[in-house]
Amino acid sequence: MHELSIAYSLVEIASQAADSMGIRRVDVVHLRLGALSGVVQDALLFAYEIAAKGTVLEGSRLAIQELPVVVHCSRCQADRTLPGIQHFRCPVCGEPTGQIVQGRELEIVSLEYTDPVPEPAPCRSPNGSTGKPPR
Amino acid sequence: MGENTRPRLLEIRQGVLSKNDRLAQELRARFAAARVFVVNLVSSPGSGKTTLLERTLSQLRARGHAVAALVGDLATENDARRLARSGAPIRQIVTDGICHLEAAMVAAHLEGWDLAALDFLFVENVGNLVCPASYDLGESMRVVLLSVTEGEDKPLKYPTMFHAADLVLLTKMDLAQATEFDREEALAAIHAVNPGVPVVETAAKKGRLDAWLTLLEERAGVKRASPAAGG
Repeated sequence: MHELSIAYSLVEIASQAADSMGIRRVDVVHLRLGALSGVVQDALLFAYEIAAKGTVLEGSRLAIQELPVVVHCSRCQADRTLPGIQHFRCPVCGEPTGQIVQGRELEIVSLEYTDPVPEPAPCRSPNGSTGKPPR
Repeated sequence: MGENTRPRLLEIRQGVLSKNDRLAQELRARFAAARVFVVNLVSSPGSGKTTLLERTLSQLRARGHAVAALVGDLATENDARRLARSGAPIRQIVTDGICHLEAAMVAAHLEGWDLAALDFLFVENVGNLVCPASYDLGESMRVVLLSVTEGEDKPLKYPTMFHAADLVLLTKMDLAQATEFDREEALAAIHAVNPGVPVVETAAKKGRLDAWLTLLEERAGVKRASPAAGG
């Protein structure tokens, strides 16, 4: 069970990002978890609570988006979603394929937080822009 | 309170294991520069990693290659003592309960070794078919062992690990008959989760390692120096 190690890495990255932005309380951490990541969701949720203790993430919810394996079938010339991780064959034509398009993800996507902000906040855009744009 | 609250979003988009992956890439570059071929050996406990490694080290030395090994273990240094009998430099990585090796542990245990003087470096991972799958160690080749005393369907039970293998070794083949090992069923299971992965059979205790050793030499691009030497 390496989910505790994974949880500590996750918390380290997320809390550093939060600290660098001056965030004091995180509500939700969004994670993408591929079916081939080797991580068990329930074990990770359990470990997360432990790892988050005493950090800016304490009490936050880990929201996991599970991603199935997607392979590229060279015969169909198409990406196909596999129903599980035990048969790496195109579910349509049966061609064996190990060409993975999706499924290895173990990625922190974003943090949701609620920060007390001074009111009024004249320099913030009215649509409530969300910090740094992706990339 | 005089303060407003509003929910906000901070984009991160970073791999949880990005630190390990970065370290592994650094190691891979170091290994490439030193022209040393690095093998990460993974299996369940009891599949024969240490026996295979012991014989592999001896026989590769007999074939004229410079070899060394790092051996991961949860708590003991027994394996390192056993492997030292091969005459190769051995270092034990005691993980103190951690169920897998990480790139940082490998890096820390290479200190003082002249990698450029080596042809092969073996890393025996902790006996575990789950956790080591997530951790790149910078290896040239990941080898997963399946012994004939385990179930033929083990690859289906641990698909993530078998999927990540560059090579599968069927070990203890000398016991295949006694255990009524179904070779075809095992091959079908391996290739279901990892189509096209090469599979090599070994019987380390009987010295049957030739196909494995030859494959290692081919992959590493090194030639056997003393064809007369044998087990």
